Amino acid sequence: MSAGNEKIQSPLARARGAGSAHEGTHHWWHQRVTAVANMLLMLWLVWAVVHIPGWSYVEFTTWLAQPCRAILMILAVISVFYHAALGVQVVIEDYVHDGACKVVKLVGMKLFFFATAVACIFSILKVALGS
Amino acid sequence: MSNKRERPLSPHLQVYKPQLTSVMSILHRLCGMALALGTVMVVWALLAAATSEAAYNQFIWVCNTPVGKLALFGWSAALFYHLCNGVRHLFWDTGRLFEIRDAYRAGYAVLVATLLLLIWFWGAA
Repeated sequence: MSAGNEKIQSPLARARGAGSAHEGTHHWWHQRVTAVANMLLMLWLVWAVVHIPGWSYVEFTTWLAQPCRAILMILAVISVFYHAALGVQVVIEDYVHDGACKVVKLVGMKLFFFATAVACIFSILKVALGS
Repeated sequence: MSNKRERPLSPHLQVYKPQLTSVMSILHRLCGMALALGTVMVVWALLAAATSEAAYNQFIWVCNTPVGKLALFGWSAALFYHLCNGVRHLFWDTGRLFEIRDAYRAGYAVLVATLLLLIWFWGAA
């Protein structure tokens, strides 16, 4: 941090040390928190998939409709899709250098993961509550 | 154009000899991207189950084709690798396993764990 910056910044801003972007490590931190959540949720999902009675329509929807499973599935979708969006964001920032193209790809990617997560959550709720 | 000189870029990836650590790092990102793409299959499965029995059966039919099976296997391999290597990354985040010998040992442990998870999953599923 330059000496000039310290003169302009208030003591609180200096203590926070976040600079003009008003944020520092939240992307990094969210990626780690969702990483740990994903680890637990995906280990559960893999275990649950192995122990599913069968893959017919009735067997699958009955399996998914059980409250605990539906809730864990929704949590997994939120955590995994958010983690995926954070990860793809870093890849786009690393390899796309054209400003406008980068913004379009970043916004499009975020909207895509948001929309698909909503589709997943709605589907889980419909199966869980509909039958 | 005249003031935009062609300056050398930082050394390209292919200049370096592939090492376990670098290859595993690249693989971690590749698997992450593959998993991000693979979410489409999850969306399809859940949407189909919510839509109708016919739509769900169509999804299961596609999963049972050779291409579908390959996609499922690839998806599971990417998941297990990204999961295990992600744990290695979390250890690094706490400042551990940075000695070259430890980084390599943890790397081999990740590969073995990935393989074991794959064998267990496809053996049990």
